[in-house]
Amino acid sequence: MKSKFIPLILILIFLITFVIFFKGLKNSNIYTPDINLKKEVPSFELKSFDNDSIVISEKIFEDNDYYLMNIWASWCIPCKEEHKFLMELKKDDRIELIGFNYKDNFKNALSFLKDLGNPYDIIVLDKDGTASIEWGAYGVPESFLVYQNKIIKRFIGQINNEDLLEIQKIIR
Amino acid sequence: MKFIHIFLIVAIILNFNFLNANEIETENKIAKNLRCLICQGQSVYDSDSEFAISLKLVIKNKIQEGLNEEQIYSFLKTKYGEWILYDPVFNRNTYFLWLLPILIFLAGGAIIFKKFYIKK
Repeated sequence: MKSKFIPLILILIFLITFVIFFKGLKNSNIYTPDINLKKEVPSFELKSFDNDSIVISEKIFEDNDYYLMNIWASWCIPCKEEHKFLMELKKDDRIELIGFNYKDNFKNALSFLKDLGNPYDIIVLDKDGTASIEWGAYGVPESFLVYQNKIIKRFIGQINNEDLLEIQKIIR
Repeated sequence: MKFIHIFLIVAIILNFNFLNANEIETENKIAKNLRCLICQGQSVYDSDSEFAISLKLVIKNKIQEGLNEEQIYSFLKTKYGEWILYDPVFNRNTYFLWLLPILIFLAGGAIIFKKFYIKK
């Protein structure tokens, strides 16, 4: 009786372990952030792109409107591709676009905007990338939809037509 | 000659690290325990990606602000989730992970004990 019981338990333990590890195999091992997190907007003080003045985050987001915070750089190819969608979004008055110029060369950034147009209402410089980390970003391009001082949606990678439609639907 | 002197002084000042030795040690220790999110299988310490370089800078700044190791981990956890930590925290999701080796050790010990001591 006793000797029958022990192998049964061992098989059971083995099976449970097997099932757990087998299920674990299917889990993604790539970082997948939560895109619908409602987080407070992190505060920052950054240099303005247009002049040497300092821009404070509380000043930018004080109107409680919709804002799209977009991290971009002139060296980033996907940023070029998403630019036309940002230009499209610029036509809408219900949303303001905030540009985070990420680790960029100022001259290159300037000619990037000259060539493709400037969709941003305000651009700030994130020279060393530390401010983007405060936002929980980990690459360029990345965009955060902000409403009433909260991040309501996050777009990782370039914005495409579907994202544009989604934003337009949210701010309607 | 004077120019070389000034150049050297400026170079030394620019390379001056404001952290003291044990703070650098803490900075490296933290960076080693963080997963680089865009480079698979590398720690932030090992990686030279833009993200990792900025993150190392953030760690340095936080140490300068006076935050301790735990505070920096919890700061990064609120930004990136637990995935960024190599050392998983003990909670509901990781009970099995942490306790399984202990359970196996105890079961093995019990079997050995039973075989060699009780039979005698």
